[in-house]
Amino acid sequence: MGGMETPALLVEGLTKTYTPGARPAVDGLSFTMPRGGTWGLLGGNGAGKSTTIAMLLGLLVPSSGRVLALGHDMATDRFAALARMNFSSPYIALPHRLTVRENLRVYGHLYGVPEMERRIEDLVAEFDLGDFADRPAGQLSAGQKTRVALAKALINKPALLLLDEPTASLDPDTGDWVRSALERYRAETGAAILLASHNMGEVERLCSNVLMLKGGRVVDEGSPAALLAKYGRDDLEEVFLDIARGRERAEVQ
Amino acid sequence: MGASSLRRIWGLVYRHLALYRRSWPRVLELMYWPVLQMVVWGFITAYLAGVQQNTATIAAGVLLGGVLLWEITLRSQMGFAISFLEEVWSRNLGHIFVSPLRPWEMVAGLAAMSVLRTVAAVLPAIVLAFVLYGFGVWRIGPVLVVFVFALMAMGWAVALAVTALILRHGAGAEALAWGVTFGIAPFAAVFYPVAVLPPWLQPVALSIPAAHVFEGMRAALIDGRIAWDHLAWAVALDGVWLALAAWIFLAQFHQARVRGALLNIGE
Repeated sequence: MGGMETPALLVEGLTKTYTPGARPAVDGLSFTMPRGGTWGLLGGNGAGKSTTIAMLLGLLVPSSGRVLALGHDMATDRFAALARMNFSSPYIALPHRLTVRENLRVYGHLYGVPEMERRIEDLVAEFDLGDFADRPAGQLSAGQKTRVALAKALINKPALLLLDEPTASLDPDTGDWVRSALERYRAETGAAILLASHNMGEVERLCSNVLMLKGGRVVDEGSPAALLAKYGRDDLEEVFLDIARGRERAEVQ
Repeated sequence: MGASSLRRIWGLVYRHLALYRRSWPRVLELMYWPVLQMVVWGFITAYLAGVQQNTATIAAGVLLGGVLLWEITLRSQMGFAISFLEEVWSRNLGHIFVSPLRPWEMVAGLAAMSVLRTVAAVLPAIVLAFVLYGFGVWRIGPVLVVFVFALMAMGWAVALAVTALILRHGAGAEALAWGVTFGIAPFAAVFYPVAVLPPWLQPVALSIPAAHVFEGMRAALIDGRIAWDHLAWAVALDGVWLALAAWIFLAQFHQARVRGALLNIGE
């Protein structure tokens, strides 16, 4: 695609209708996400965040539209993109009878990680997994599982990382720890990160740009600071409520 | 097949081997049913040999040979389908399918696990048949290798179709993974010739690869000859069954991607 670096994600007219005749879960979504940025996908339950992420990952076939991930068309060339992407969600488990190290080895092989054992030990050290690296994943606490899931998501040093609620059900300390790890990873590698979250503080801290989804459509977009200014609010949670409840800035004031 | 494909396939196999390394009840369960079948059929064989006038057929070992070879089909099918179900039970499919693992590589990994599980399951029964009843399955001759391959291929074809149904209906279809091959047994001529079946049922039996393998097994054990025609039919039918099952699997895999079932496949 020429000499210029392709965007991390190029999404054009992405639409998903699960049942013919029903309202689309995602309706004509278009955006271009550059490399090196952290973007947030915000929206209430049923806004289309999970459906969007599933289509970006190639897990779900769009009804129309297209996704180019790292320059690869997800409809025709998704495996080339998937090797350089990764994903984490608290709603998808890792095999719970395998130890942490065994789980990381499985995904190290699946992603073709070079010098895999060294990479695993680096992740064990970086995410402080040493105390439970040889325990079955099913015996870990929620916070430990999240750290392991994040280590799995970074095993192949992805250029594009998709995260679905990365700090859901974590205590504030662990949540802060995960956010710091994500910031560090992005700063060190220049990876692009797209995260869907209900934690507005997290989005304000991590994201350079936010897509506000409602009814499967982008109803607003901008940096957290720009959105706060636009809606005349002090924090992103109030902006979220305004958008979710369909209030414009004039109404708020 | 490139080195990167082989590594991804090994990744999937490693995942299942790690599971078995940690769980001796799973390993024991693998061997339990084939050994039990062998013990029961061994005593039945001994009993029939005692009450029948003409014991030549029984002495040739067709019943015990049938038990052992049918277990290969059964364990091959279960080894494949249950390895897939392990991913469903652990809710790990989402991670698997967003990795660069191609669908055919997943199938190859499950087939490799099926081979390992079948060896672990059937080998003790083979040894037991020799030690307790003096029946060595190698009596069939070198053609045994082709029989084993043909029966395993049939097991994979059935398992691919079962896996497609699990993709379509979720873990609700898992009972098929355990039971579907048992339902084929009456028509597969495992313990009796196809000629015993009613004429209208014989074409059904002859469309099953295993029926030709067992006709071939009886020819080898009783007449000491290789039934090349049955051998050819078994291999050709395996090709047809595998092609059909692969088509069903790929169609259901695509449909699962259309419906969004890969993320939350379960009950």
